[in-house]
Amino acid sequence: MTIERRLREGGLSNRDVIDLKRRLLLRNGLSLGAMTLLAGCDVTNSGPVDGSLRLVSRFNDGVQGFLFDPNKLAPTYPESAAAREFRFNAQYGEEKVPVINPDTWRLEVSGLVANKAPWTLEQLKALPQTSYVARHVCVEGWSMIGKWGGVPLRAFLEKVGADTSAKYVAFRCDDPIGYSSSIDMASARHPQTILCLTYLDKPIEPKFGAPMRIKMTRKLGFKQPKHVAALHVTNDYPGGYWENYGYNWFAGV
Amino acid sequence: MRSGDDYVILHPAVIRVCHWVWAAGILLLIGSGFQIYNQEPLFDFYFPSNLIIGNGDDSVAVHNDIGLAAALLVHFFAMWLLFTSLLVYVAYGLVKGHFRRKFLPIWPRQVIGDVFDFLRGRLSHDLGTRNAVQKLLYAFAVAVMAMMVWSGLVLWKPIQFYELGIPLGGYDVARYVHFFGMAGIVLFIIVHVALTLMVPKVLPPMITGRARRDQVEAHAQGETP
Repeated sequence: MTIERRLREGGLSNRDVIDLKRRLLLRNGLSLGAMTLLAGCDVTNSGPVDGSLRLVSRFNDGVQGFLFDPNKLAPTYPESAAAREFRFNAQYGEEKVPVINPDTWRLEVSGLVANKAPWTLEQLKALPQTSYVARHVCVEGWSMIGKWGGVPLRAFLEKVGADTSAKYVAFRCDDPIGYSSSIDMASARHPQTILCLTYLDKPIEPKFGAPMRIKMTRKLGFKQPKHVAALHVTNDYPGGYWENYGYNWFAGV
Repeated sequence: MRSGDDYVILHPAVIRVCHWVWAAGILLLIGSGFQIYNQEPLFDFYFPSNLIIGNGDDSVAVHNDIGLAAALLVHFFAMWLLFTSLLVYVAYGLVKGHFRRKFLPIWPRQVIGDVFDFLRGRLSHDLGTRNAVQKLLYAFAVAVMAMMVWSGLVLWKPIQFYELGIPLGGYDVARYVHFFGMAGIVLFIIVHVALTLMVPKVLPPMITGRARRDQVEAHAQGETP
């Protein structure tokens, strides 16, 4: 249900209020900036401005999908290049990092898949594993090299009998902000897209998304869900948490 | 009102529209670029919030700040303004022989002579023709823009265009190239606007396209449609 509908029906949550506040800030930010440069143009009613920009962003998704080479691997580095201490970056502070019991954790699988049974961590660990040392690129501009290991998502999708002609794979996370995101099937089937269980061959720490997060070399950092609780295969555009704030959906690198 | 015979169309409508769309695109790219820079500064300074497109209030916070999303939306929209106006401009220029006539040749002696004239405040600026300083300035702008496109592609797609980034020194160096390219463009804009202010008669033709016939050099009238 959209915020707009909850607003009409009077069922707004605290999160909705924060979300609305952010949307307003986004619009005001745009109109103020635009007005300083486009003096004389009427941009005070900036709803259409925001809307048009997001439309262009969706167009850019298409352009990126067209440019995307599914066989192109990110360059890999010697293991010594991997950062010992990776940079923590999230919407919430480190003190709010969820600590999830790996024994009771389950990965829900739903949507266009044949086998919807949930997965335990032990079951994931029993599947063939892969690892790589590659660069993580953040939308903010910084980048870092790390070593991630886990189950190739491509193999996992085949294992659960996913319809790989579907358009999207969506993720829902068990974290303080209710993060979610989604990626195109081509990126999901990229060899370096993994259900990540390890960093530097050790189980990933809670602050980096334990017990399981998605790691991929062909997307920006904000597209890489931590503490993944559910995976969904669908043909309906699922959007995502940062995408709602206006960040580009495809976000490929 | 003067009769049509007194005026010539100095800048065809296509060129005028391209110029202003390009100008708007560049300003949007610079303003949003400042905000993107502020999220992860390369140097020990931030751009002031009144020069920024996108909310600048909490740009120094982690990327939960909404200013970065807004700035990126603007940046990747303005990119298309440049792309399309460049495409139209180049297509038009090739068809009409605009480039050959306007930009070439650039003779070193002519440049040096014009620089001295410029410094003495005596630079002639005939409508419709370019002196050597202008030609040099535009050549500089074209070179800088090429570097911006190059480094921009590397920053946008560091893996997909990985090979493109190797001659630049990779992703991290491309950030510096993109920054200094921006500085070069700002420099160009300053000189470009300063020259326009020195010879204000060049401005109206870029808006209406029309220039007084007696102000236009005879050989520039070849551009009259």
